[in-house]
Amino acid sequence: MNIYKFLNMKKIFSLFALLALAFNQVMAQDAVAGAVEETSKTDGLAKMVSYYLLIFLLICVFIGIVGKILAIYDLTKKIQGKKEGIKWDNINGLIFAIFLVLGLYGSYWCYTVQGAQILPDAASEHGAKIDSMLNITLILTTIVFVITHILLFTFAYRYKFSKKKKAYYYPHNNTLEKYWTITPAIVLTVLVLMGFFTWRGITNISKNEMASAIQVDVTAHQFAWEVRYAGNDNIAGNKSYKLIGSLNGLNNLGLDLSDKRNYDDLKVTEIVLPVNKSVRFTLGSQDVIHSFYMPDFRVQMNCVPGMATFFQFTPTITTAEMREKTSDGKYNYQLYCAKICGGSHYNMKFAVKVVSQKEYNEWIKEQKPIVTDDMKKEYQLAMKDNLATENKIALNN
Amino acid sequence: MSTIAIPNSATMHHDDHAHEHHKETFLTKYIFSQDHKMIAKQFLITGIIMGVIAMTLSILFRIQLAYPDQSFPLLEVLLGKFAPEGRLDPNFYLSLVTIHGTIMVFFVLTAGLSGTFSNLLIPLQLGARDMASPFMNMLSYWLFFSASVIMLSTFFIESGPAGGGWTIYPPLSALPKAMPGSGLGMTLWLVSMILFVASSLMGGINYVSTILNMRTKGMDLWKMPLTIWAFFLTAILGILSFPVLVAGVVLLIFDRSFGTSFYLSDIYIGGQALANEGGSPILWEHLFWFLGHPEVYIVIMPAMGIASEVMSVNSRKPIFGYHAMVYSLIGITVLSFIVWGHHMFVTGMNPFLGGVFMITTLIIAVPSAVKTFNWLATLWRGNIRFTPAMLFAIGLVSFFISGGLTGIWLGNAALDINLHDTYFVVAHFHLVMGSAAIFGMLAGIYHWFPKMFGRLMNPKLGYLHFWLTFASAYLVFFPMHFMGLDGVPRRYYAFTEFESMQKWLSVNVFITWAAILGAVAQVAFLFNFFYSIFFGEKSTQNPWQANTLEWTTPVERIHGNWPGEIPTVYRWSYDYSKPGHDEDFITQDTPLSATMSSNLPHDFEGNEEAERIQEQWNIEHKNVDSREEVK
Repeated sequence: MNIYKFLNMKKIFSLFALLALAFNQVMAQDAVAGAVEETSKTDGLAKMVSYYLLIFLLICVFIGIVGKILAIYDLTKKIQGKKEGIKWDNINGLIFAIFLVLGLYGSYWCYTVQGAQILPDAASEHGAKIDSMLNITLILTTIVFVITHILLFTFAYRYKFSKKKKAYYYPHNNTLEKYWTITPAIVLTVLVLMGFFTWRGITNISKNEMASAIQVDVTAHQFAWEVRYAGNDNIAGNKSYKLIGSLNGLNNLGLDLSDKRNYDDLKVTEIVLPVNKSVRFTLGSQDVIHSFYMPDFRVQMNCVPGMATFFQFTPTITTAEMREKTSDGKYNYQLYCAKICGGSHYNMKFAVKVVSQKEYNEWIKEQKPIVTDDMKKEYQLAMKDNLATENKIALNN
Repeated sequence: MSTIAIPNSATMHHDDHAHEHHKETFLTKYIFSQDHKMIAKQFLITGIIMGVIAMTLSILFRIQLAYPDQSFPLLEVLLGKFAPEGRLDPNFYLSLVTIHGTIMVFFVLTAGLSGTFSNLLIPLQLGARDMASPFMNMLSYWLFFSASVIMLSTFFIESGPAGGGWTIYPPLSALPKAMPGSGLGMTLWLVSMILFVASSLMGGINYVSTILNMRTKGMDLWKMPLTIWAFFLTAILGILSFPVLVAGVVLLIFDRSFGTSFYLSDIYIGGQALANEGGSPILWEHLFWFLGHPEVYIVIMPAMGIASEVMSVNSRKPIFGYHAMVYSLIGITVLSFIVWGHHMFVTGMNPFLGGVFMITTLIIAVPSAVKTFNWLATLWRGNIRFTPAMLFAIGLVSFFISGGLTGIWLGNAALDINLHDTYFVVAHFHLVMGSAAIFGMLAGIYHWFPKMFGRLMNPKLGYLHFWLTFASAYLVFFPMHFMGLDGVPRRYYAFTEFESMQKWLSVNVFITWAAILGAVAQVAFLFNFFYSIFFGEKSTQNPWQANTLEWTTPVERIHGNWPGEIPTVYRWSYDYSKPGHDEDFITQDTPLSATMSSNLPHDFEGNEEAERIQEQWNIEHKNVDSREEVK
């Protein structure tokens, strides 16, 4: 058997022709079958597609012609007695040099123009530390990035092929290799130590600090956030996923109403935080993993079903101050979901604000308890029923 | 043109048959072949097709990101209800992202890269007639092929392909109620992955046993080319880490289909509380990343090996610091097993563990840095021939630097808090493992194309392909860093819902057009590749004047590789431009006695008799020090 038999050019062309015919046929059938406006729609489409295909083919033909011209130019040069035709090594070397200049300028442009669009200064205590680490890392890596690329591309340009020379036989140099093993090792050790202590500082929080922070309990589900503040006792009451939807569907968080600590908890529709006060978020999820991400505060932690996660931090800049700083009157802190969680992952909004202590006090007074009167009524009803049937848990659905 | 080419190839094949003892049918030669070279080609072509498909998927979702409010009737014609009214469905968008990632990481950069070049080069560069187990090798390809077919078939089922991201974190991937992509599509994804891992293990075991047992006479471990070292360590990495993924996948299948609770706990979905209790999604993350992180090295190490070889050949210089290159590969292999937790800093894993994983992660940057500097030193004072393969190898170094440096950011737990799951991560891994590895693969294709098909690819189209791809990859991924620094999360269907992201819409349009440019540039490659298989310029036996053994085999690619005896190896594979020698390369099978004018004291490895003979020769020929002579 010979595969080349199957690949006769003529046969390929006829196959193409057949395909094209079939395509036309299908398009035509579609057009006939469809309604009148459908016809015009697909008709236009076929035209548009073939238009772009034609442009593409033209480009291909153009490239082919350029290739042929180059080949002919090459040949004539050879006929004229010059041994080599076009010196592609020189051309590629030159493009590397140009690429280096353009690339460095492009990087500079990105750093300045797009760099100006990145997050403003961190609006939290630990965020400032992260930012300074980030700046140190940015400077170090940028230096290495620029130097290595200058070396890479200038070597490519400088040492391009020439028949006259021979490369320098240089298989190894132990001293050099020691230097460039030890130097990165030292730099990385410094970065690791800084990073390690910053990280521990953020995540390793004493029991006292935990207890004294404002407690906020966040529950994520597809595709929204439920937030409750812990109220006067500053302790969020128990909840259980088995109670979700109980009390005639009113209990959407699964609060355990036998736990008295639930009754002073507050339901809120936006996160409002007092400036310079430590706040501790307890995070959970009802269905899939979500991620509680507030980039302005350099805060991110996944919300995992079946497990509570925590993030404690202190906001340092109020929304009003931030608006002034960024000279953007509409600037708002954001809460995103950062872990893929389903179709509307891209749209899990929740408002976040940082205000003065005074404003916060006023705001918190206006918040309604999460256990509504209706829920209490339902609960009492359920308890009566349960007493009658001697059931332990108020499952009411 | 065709009329000229066909008779030629027919006679060539006739000769082939004359040498063979048994007649091969089309089926045994091209389909169920047990010849490592044919299997390599099968892997390569399947890998290329999968790569083109995955690239097309990426263009689809890039169009959505650039024009979130615009309707494209063509999409509806092509995709039907996955793109109602000519706009991608959000769930289908996630499926596209998922399958793009899965195909690229596993099917193109693992199977397409390791499968092709390990199969092709291990026997050829070590001097073996075939792999240790040719039959298992064939099975490996066909399992991979079945996995590919199953993975692609999910586009034709009603609920669409898997959509939980390529990391398929449960519970999202475990609960069909959570998204359409977690239905049948996910089941098939899991089945496909199990087949894939089986394929990968069979390949890996074969590579390791061939390398350890079937090297030709004289080929000790320290004479192996760096490509082989890279394939060897990659295979070990795969053998040790892939089974863990299978374990994870099997548990996930149990959770999905048999009501167990390995990953599930306390879930209320679709108006119903599930009975599962006591499981933890974090367990999946550990199991997944225990493979997932070594996986990125499984992807990049063969590319590094290929780049080292290609750069040495085309700089006409020995690779700088051969031993350091090997030790850094070993270092990366060992360390890559203890860094997986850096994917999990903010998942709720104990923060103390996060600190530990940060330390191990940043240590792995040291061997990576050593490799980069050694490549730079290899180019220094070289005599660089810019073959397309060389261009891609240099491109790999550039991407590896750019993407590797941002790894220092992400490996730092404190910085990762704000960068995790943003576009910064997307930019980082697309440069360091996506673009770098694909450039390694392309370098390998251009370099060993003559060995696979006996013909050369058109270099000019290769230059065009390289420069367009190189530029567009940077144009696509460089701006993404800044989106990440602005806190834009990845896997977002549209940037329209948040006021704060509006400023990136124009950047998205730019990136999409750069991506389209990059995709169109691949047509230059595809045409060049398939055209050259049949009509390319005929190759000579050693078109790049390289030292390794594969170039001592005849152009005709016979079964068993060498018509006569297998060559013996006398030297390492990097004797390029050795002072005192008249040519700028000395093949590995050239004995030291044939190169008396260029031998260095080091070459004799302490063999006193040989040293004595050399000394005597030096005196006779007044060759005081061969290095002096060149200067």
